[in-house]
Formats: sequence, C-alpha cells, structure tokens
Amino acid sequence: MSMRNFVLPIFCVASGGMAFAQTDSAARTVADLPAEIEETGERAPSPPPLSSADDGAPVDLATNQYGIGSPASEEQIAQIDIDVMPDGRGLPEGRGTYAEGETLYADRCLACHGENLEGVAELGAPKLVGGRDSLASDQPVKTVESYWPYASTLFDYVHRAMPMDSPGSLTPDEVYALSAYILGQSGITSDDADAVLNAESFAQVTMPNADGFVEDPRGRGQTE
Amino acid sequence: MAERLVALEDQILGGDADEDCDCKDGMFNGLSRRHVLAAGFAVAGGAMTTGRAMAEAPPGAIEYPVQPDPTKEQGRTILDDGGYGSRSQFENEVRWRYPTASLDSSWSMTPLAAGFGIITPSGLHFERHHGGIPTIDPETHELILHGMVDQPLRFTMGDLKRLPSVSRLHFIECSGNGLTEWVQPTLKTVQGTHGLTSTSEWTGVRLSTVLDMAGIQDGAAWILAEGADAAVMTRSVPIDKAMDDAILAYAQNGEALRPEQGYPLRLLLPGYEGNTHIKWLRRLEVSDRPFMTREETSKYTDLMPDGNARQFSLEMDAKSVITFPSGAMKLPRPGFYEITGLAWSGRGAITKVEVSADGGATWQEAALEGPVLPKCHTRFRLPWTWKGEEAVLQSRAMDDTGYTQPTLAKLVEVRGLKSVYHLNAIQSWHIAPDGEVTNVHA
Repeated sequence: MSMRNFVLPIFCVASGGMAFAQTDSAARTVADLPAEIEETGERAPSPPPLSSADDGAPVDLATNQYGIGSPASEEQIAQIDIDVMPDGRGLPEGRGTYAEGETLYADRCLACHGENLEGVAELGAPKLVGGRDSLASDQPVKTVESYWPYASTLFDYVHRAMPMDSPGSLTPDEVYALSAYILGQSGITSDDADAVLNAESFAQVTMPNADGFVEDPRGRGQTE
Repeated sequence: MAERLVALEDQILGGDADEDCDCKDGMFNGLSRRHVLAAGFAVAGGAMTTGRAMAEAPPGAIEYPVQPDPTKEQGRTILDDGGYGSRSQFENEVRWRYPTASLDSSWSMTPLAAGFGIITPSGLHFERHHGGIPTIDPETHELILHGMVDQPLRFTMGDLKRLPSVSRLHFIECSGNGLTEWVQPTLKTVQGTHGLTSTSEWTGVRLSTVLDMAGIQDGAAWILAEGADAAVMTRSVPIDKAMDDAILAYAQNGEALRPEQGYPLRLLLPGYEGNTHIKWLRRLEVSDRPFMTREETSKYTDLMPDGNARQFSLEMDAKSVITFPSGAMKLPRPGFYEITGLAWSGRGAITKVEVSADGGATWQEAALEGPVLPKCHTRFRLPWTWKGEEAVLQSRAMDDTGYTQPTLAKLVEVRGLKSVYHLNAIQSWHIAPDGEVTNVHA
C-alpha cells in the first residue's frame, strides 16, 4: 500500500469546511457551471476562496501573518515526506536481501528492464548496470552502476515512481531488496543471496561515480 | 522515422538501442494511430468528389457550415460555443509529440513557426511529463511546506488564492530542447529543433511570501519541490532562487493553469530549466543541502568529454532562433520577407539580436519588439529581400549579463557531443535557390 493512497481521503476530510466542498461524500468529477443570479440572469462570480485558517486568525502584515493557511502537523507531513537523501536521511525502517530482490525483480521489473538489467530501448526502460569507465569514451553508457552518484537516489526513485504500471506500490522492504539486487548485480554491494540492505547499511554504500559531478564552472556572462 | 528518432535519442541519452527487437511493431501507439488516420483521410479524400466532407475540425475548433456569402445571412448565434470560445476551424496548429517509446513519459513541442508575438497559447505550450497528466480536483489539493522552517505550513488552493499575488511573463524551456541536433541536423522544423520553449503570463503567490510565513531557519540552503503526479517529480532548488523570483503559480494567460501545465499548482522558477518548474506541486521541504533526486543526477546533467558531468546548470543560457523562414518551408519566389524569431535568456533581458544571411560572415542588428522582459521570449524582426540566391540564415542573442549565444562548434569544443542537455547554439537555416529551407549545421 503506497503512502500516497491514503493521503487523498484525509485531504477530503480536511477540506470539508471549504467554500466549494461538496456536502455529500462522493468526490466530484467536474465543476458545475456558475450559478445564475435570479434577478438579472447573470452568472454569479466565484465566491472569495476560504482560507483553511481558523476564524479570527491574527493578521499582521509586518510579521507575515495573513490569517491564511494552517500549521502542518507531523502526521500530515509524514504521510507524504518520502524523500531519501545521500546521507541516509529519510530512509525508512525495513530490510531486504539480494535473493528477495532477484525474485521481486523478475516479477515487477524484468518486463521493462530486461532479464539481465540491460534495459529495453523500445519500452523506454534504461539499462541499469554496466558501463563503468565508459563515461569519458565516445560511447558513454549511463547506468545506475556507472553514472548515478548516490545510492539514495536509487531507493528514492524506485520507491516513489516505480514500477511504471503501478508507481509507488513497493514497500520499503521490497525497495531494500530490489536495491540489494541491482547494487549486487552492479558489483557495488555483495551478490550473496542473503546479503542484506537496511537503513544503516544503505547509507554506507559508495557509488563508483560519487565524485563524477562538478558544479558548472562558468562565470556570469561567460559562454564556455 | 519514429524508430530512427527513438534509436537516435537512445544513443544520445546513453541507453543501448543497438539491439533490435521484433516487438517494435505497435509500440508507437500515438504515432501509428495518426499515420493510419492520415492515410485513411487521404484515401477517402481521393475517392470522393468533395474530399473535405470527410474532414474533422482541428483540435480546439468546432466545425460550422461555411457560408457562401456571410453578408447575406445571419451568422451563428452567440454562446453557441457554450460560453467558452474555440479557435477557427481553419486554424490547425498542434503540438507534436516526439516519438519516445513510452507514451507516459514523453514530450510535445510548440509550433513556433506559427506563433505571433511572444505569448504561447496555453493549448500549444510544450509539455514534458514523466508519468502522464494527473487529473486533480483543486478542492482536495494541498501544498505542505516543511523541513528547516520555524512553523511547517499547509495551504489549500483557497489559501494560496487569498495571499498577495503577482503576474509575470516568463518563458519555460526544457533543457533537452534541441537534443537531437548535437551531432547532425536531425529534425526538419523549428518545432522539432526548438519547440520545447514557450512563454505565458503566470499568476500566483511569490514563494518568498510563504517561506517568510513559515520562517526559514539558519543554514537552510536548498528546497525540494515535489509533484503529485505518478512520477512524484522532485527537484532541489537553491533557497536564494526560491526567495528571489520563484512563484507558486495557479494561473496561466489569464485563467487557471492547464492540466498539462500542472493544474492546480505549479512551481515557476523564472529562467531555470523546465524540469525544475514542478507541476502539480504538493510539497516543499527546506534543507541544508540538495536532495540529489533522479532528475538532478542521472538526468538533466551534462556529461563532459573528461567523463565528469556538470550538475545544477539551472539557468538557461541566452538563445535565439529564426522562426520565419524556418525548416521545411519553401519561399515561393524572390522578394521581400520579414525575418522574425524569438530570443530569450534565463539570466535576464535580451539586449541585442543579430541576424546573418550569409552563415555568420556578416551580421545585422534586428529590431526588438517590445516589451523586452527579463527571462521572457523577445520577438525580433528584420526586413530582408531575398534575391533568389543561396543563403544561410542565423540569429544570435545577447543578454544583459554580457553573454553572447555561441556557435555549435564553440559549444562542442568544450562540451563534446555527449552532454545531451543545454544546447543553445546558433541555429542555421539554409535557403536553396529554389526557396527550400532546410536545417543545416553551418
């Protein structure tokens, strides 16, 4: 169950007090036409949008208080805060093994990324492994193994957006397992069947191209 | 054509398209369907005496009977269109989808050759989606701002529309604009070579307003923007940019954003590469360092010849292109033509555009049509008499930082041929003695 799947109903509840909210529980599918003003037949303008702030929230423009917007609770943030950073911040609890990843890969990833993680160009699915030491050549091969500077990006992206046919559906355990398999196939982590990745070991992974990215060196107004 | 382009794109993007596969047929759904339709129309048209009877009004238009003499009968009645107008049935410009293998992750391009002035009609604004176009009810959409702030905040669309607002004209350009053109002239039209740039008037709340409301903490340096699409698209933005001119935009060209432009809310980062203008914006997280998302590491980075890659080249360099005459047109006869095109810079305002008709040997200053706005398309024009001789038309833009648009040779000298993104070289259009206009490297 993706985290995103239960965000929507909660928002619906939260917006129950809003100006345009439907009184019935069914989600609307389109907007109604503006109402007609009886006396003249004109179309009514949209009512001024309501703020989610409490009635009488203080207004003080000098201190950026508009009496508009609401505090976001930790629970509300946690529901959608799914990013993972290079230092391991954001990695969820969980664990997965290379062997579990291999099974999952066959089930959820292979159809697009190929039996040997080689990618299927016709489906727009990129190659995941190989290409190390090719980046300075005439035929650079950019893969997770050869190009991606941080393992955190692999976890973050697979968790948020893969697989294409059911994005965001993989559990943290599944993403750890798939990462263990992809990084194991890349020779970056162990390819022993019982090799484990979890939050702690994941943050220790160093990618081959970790030092391969530079800031754009050009000064202001400088062509190249 | 589609297969060849996909193979080329794959080579450019660093994948492996060499292996062939008999599963190719039927992969290019959008394209093949269109080809089939086009072929069907051609056959039907040829078989009938009134071929046009088979025609459909172009997208965005309604077909009405054409009156033999509109001065001799009443025209169609008011509000026949339901109260929201459509374009003429005789206008047919459409976005063109680059034939990527996936329909979910694809891009469509603005027909720049047909444009006037500097505004792109909302329905022709280029698109780039990584997980399709979500359908979102604005009543249920919220933006959460958290991370290194004193008070995490939650905004409904109602909240955002109640806050102080700004309206600004800005271009958005995908940094992949022109990626097919590094090695050799590949696409034939200006829509294909440059159509990933568009300009709109955007309205919304300055990002600095909501950041001030939340209170940024010491040490904050980056902010993550995240979309509510299937890609849950994420990019890191320097906090200085966020505080400078970034906009939480809910409107485009005087009405709500189009769904494919991020309805109900998108981030607008004037002058920054298109991918950072996160659509369907749902979350902002303030941090002390960049998040190193997929789109700012494995994509949208420029691989240099030494094997290192430039990262966070966020400001789009000054660029220009002649939109008339441009590729795949044919000048009917020698005579007067107004050369016109667009120039833009992600760093500021265009100060000068020069045009050459001899492949860059000599240059003439073009007139800039006002308003000339920072980080916005600027229209240039130059009267030109074509004598029926071979010519190579080029334009080069300068901006107010002193930057001059480079030649392709100059770019390639430094970046090589594998950097994919951020191609802003001078474009050349060859005019043959018969008037044929083609995309060339000159």
